This record gives sequence, structure tokens and C-alpha cells, in this order.
Amino acid sequence: MTPLARARRHSRRFASNTLGAAASRLLPQTRLSGPMPWVIAIMSALTVIAMGAGLALANLAANARAEIAGGVTVQVVEADPATRDRQAERALALLGSRDDVAEVRRVSEAELAALLEPWLGAAAQAQDAIPTPALIDLRLRGAVTQSRLDELSAALAVVAPAARVDAQAGWLAPVFAAIASLRWLALALVVLLAGTSAAAVWLAARSALGNNRDTIEVIHHLGGTDGQIATIFQRAMALDALSGGVAGLLAGLAAIMLLGRQFAALGSGLVAGGGLGVLDWIAIALVPLAGVVLAMVTARLTVMAALRRML
Amino acid sequence: MSGVAGGIVQFDNVGLRYGTDREVLSDITFTLYPGSFYFLTGASGAGKTSLLKLLYLAQRPSRGMITLFDHDVITLPRARLPEFRRRIGTVFQDFRLVPHLSAFDNVALPLRISGLVGEDEIRTHVHDMLEWVGLDQRAEARPETLSGGEQQRVAIARAVIARPEVLVADEPTGNVDPDMALRLLRLFESLNRLGTTVVVATHDVHLLRKVPDSLIMRLDKGRLSDPTGALRYPPRRPLAPVEADR
Repeated sequence: MTPLARARRHSRRFASNTLGAAASRLLPQTRLSGPMPWVIAIMSALTVIAMGAGLALANLAANARAEIAGGVTVQVVEADPATRDRQAERALALLGSRDDVAEVRRVSEAELAALLEPWLGAAAQAQDAIPTPALIDLRLRGAVTQSRLDELSAALAVVAPAARVDAQAGWLAPVFAAIASLRWLALALVVLLAGTSAAAVWLAARSALGNNRDTIEVIHHLGGTDGQIATIFQRAMALDALSGGVAGLLAGLAAIMLLGRQFAALGSGLVAGGGLGVLDWIAIALVPLAGVVLAMVTARLTVMAALRRML
Repeated sequence: MSGVAGGIVQFDNVGLRYGTDREVLSDITFTLYPGSFYFLTGASGAGKTSLLKLLYLAQRPSRGMITLFDHDVITLPRARLPEFRRRIGTVFQDFRLVPHLSAFDNVALPLRISGLVGEDEIRTHVHDMLEWVGLDQRAEARPETLSGGEQQRVAIARAVIARPEVLVADEPTGNVDPDMALRLLRLFESLNRLGTTVVVATHDVHLLRKVPDSLIMRLDKGRLSDPTGALRYPPRRPLAPVEADR
């Protein structure tokens, strides 16, 4: 019996839209020798850094907001120390008796002097060398609104006419605005980098299509579908994206660690709130996976679009 | 859309031109019957390869109608072409082996594309087929390391491995010695006896005599002539029995 007689006729039906394990051999193995993995590695590293910065800024803003939420400062601005002290004590008593005040404390002279020392030097320690307002730090229950501040000011004006009321969040509003801008910038960078990565995959897929046109024609002539051919390219691109993505992730993590260490060395309370949590690290670790999905989708769409122009 | 009764392939007044050049094929009309063996002859440049391209669906005609397996392939949606191509085995004049695949993987390609055969069965079939064409020892060789004749035999093995209903071969014996040419022709005849319609394009007149029951179509400057009456009448020999799975 000849091999032909033994062979079943296989050609009529379609059982699978892939070429199985053999698909990986249908394109020449140029992995790491082509630019794709390197481009993806650079893009992934930049994405990881941008994402890390964006998440750190988000955490920093959230922590700072939580810390000063409800925070209000009362200043008693009076040149005469005795009057200032008397009004401060009356204001303290009034605030301590209110139900909407969660915490209240007077900032001590020593703390005030320590705050002023960087600007005034030893003069700040001298008793009454420079008249400084009495400061009362308090925390309101619930959100601090302008109407509540106005009501508080009016109540204080009766017992301490020299008192001025300021929400702590108001002082930091420009800082929060700047942080929000930086977060949007980080997000825009992540989106731009994703777009650039997609463009790189598009170019690589088109180049691979051009280089393997003969193979594609043969697969078409043997009855291969566009889906089967697209899957071959998709798989090759996914492997390139995975290797590049993992390399980029490692490089990006190294950069984040280095920058984190340098910022931590600043010893600033505000910056200390910008650490990354477990979920943040998980999100960053998913960057290569997102890169693989992006590469696969882009490669498939590119190849399918190009194949539709062939017979 | 149905073609002529009993015909597996029908060309009706088909013309083909590339771009704005003159027609390379004009007024081509013929019917191929299942289980027949056809030789397509003609001088170089007569249009043999162009006609075969229309047959194996690598080209759409500029005019006319082509019916294949009872379907009008001119209006056939592109997405349905693969299922028709799987029913046609093609031996290309330039072999078109995938350069970075071994001889084994090249021959296995149609079976893997069909997705219906397990790797164990593929291994058996492919080794049988390579043995049949005398290349079992070269199964792992890449095309670049094979001679022209060996590449041609790999191309033929690939074309017949999935037992196509129509086999189209463009100068399949052009690069092999007379003994191997005869052996390959016997392979085509075996396939033909199993019910496959075979169309072999050749300019080798000696080859025509080797298959006594074959029918001859001659192309001359893009027009078809009919020396054996193959185009006007049904085949002169009984058609091969239709298989149960066809």
C-alpha cells in the first residue's frame, strides 16, 4: 500500500485556527537580534518609572491630605504679649468646649522658636525679640468648608478679636495642584509610551510581514487562513514583548529603588508619604504583561489588515 | 453556482491580464473531470503558469467565470478561499519551500494547517511520504542544503500529503533525472487512481507518452487548443470511483 493510499483526506474541514507548536518555527528565529525586544525594554523601563512616579505622587498627596484633613490654624496676632496670651487662652477655652472640634492644642513658644530658627537664627530663641503670633492647632470633625471657617472666626472674634482662622489645606493647595499636575503628566507619559510601543510593534509586524512574504504566500496557497498566519506573528511578537518587558521592568525597578533611596534621604515628612504600597508594586509588575497584550493585539490587527490586501 | 454536470473544474471564457498589459490568457474555456489526468503543454511564455495560478486560486481572472467544486470562485468571499485551497495540491515551478523549515516540516505543513491530524500521525505520514520520494534520510535537512531535484521531491511530497482532490503541478520533473521523473509520474498516477484529478504543466513531450490515458491541453500564446478532444468531450477512460469521504 502506498503512502497515498494510507493517507486520509484531510483537506476539507477546518479543525483549528492555529498551527500548534510548529507555528513558532514558521518565522525565522531572530529573537533579541532584532530591535523589537530592545525597544520594548526601553519603553517598559520608562513606563515603570513613570508609573512608579505617578503612584508615589498619588500616595504622597493622599497621605498629606489625610494628615491635614480637618486641620485649622488659629493665629492670635497681637503685639502686646499679655493681651496675646490672654486672647489665646480664651480662644483655646472656647475651641475646647465646641463639639465640632476633635483636637485642639496651643503650639508652645519653644516649638514656635524652633520653626523660626532656620530664618531668624539665635534671635528666634530670645524672649520677645520679635513679636510672633500665638498659634493654636486644631482639628475639626468633618470637612472644612469656608462657611464653617467663617462661623468659627465669628465665634472667636467675640473672645479673641486678634484671632485669624486659616484652613491648613488652603496653604498646601498650590502644592496639591502641582502634585496633581505631575500625576497627570505621569499618566500622559504612560499613555504616550503605550502608544509608542504599539507603533513600534506595528512597524516590526509590517517589517516581519515584508520579510516573510514568501512564507505567507505558501501558507495561503496550502489553505492557511489569515487567522492562522496572524497567530504566528502574534506569538512571535508576544515573545519579543515578554523578553523586552521583563528586562525593562528590572531596569525600571532598579531606577525606582535608587530614586526612592535618594528621596528618603531628604528626611522630609511630605516626601516620606510617597512610598509605594503592595498594590502599587503589583500594578508595576504587570507592566510587562500589559506590554505583551498590547503587542499581541497590535500585531494581530496589523497582520490581519495587511493580509486582507492579499488574495 | 453549479458548473457543467460532472466537472470538477470549469473555465468559461476566462481572460487574464496583469495590470494594463495585453491579455496573457484569452477566451479559455474547458472542463476538468474528476479522476482524470491532464497534461498542459505549450512553449515557454504560452501562459501555462498563469493558467495554473488561476486553478490553484493564486490569481483572480480579469474576465470570465471559473467554477471549482461546484462553486463560482470569482464571487467567492476571500475568507472561504482557504477551504478550497485545501482541496488543491500544488507543486510550484520554483518549489516554494519554506527556507527555515526542514524537509520534514515542509511536507508536514498541509497537515498542520488542516489541524485535523495529531503529531504522531503526521510523523508517520510524513516519513512514509519522504521514503516514497527517496528522501527519508534527508528529513531534517533544510531546503538550502538540498539539491534542486531533492527540493522538487519535497515540494511534490508536500503537495500530495493531504490527498488533494485536484493536484496542480508546474513542471514537476524539470529538475530531476529521467528515472526520478518517471518515479514521480508514477506517484501522480497513484494519486490519480485514488480519484485525484491531476493537471501537470510541462514542455517535455516525452513525458506525455508515459501516461497513456492522459488528456492533453495545449496553450499557444494564451489561447487553448484541444489536440485530444479533452476540452470538447468527457474523458476517454472511465472515471475513477468516487470515494465515500469525498
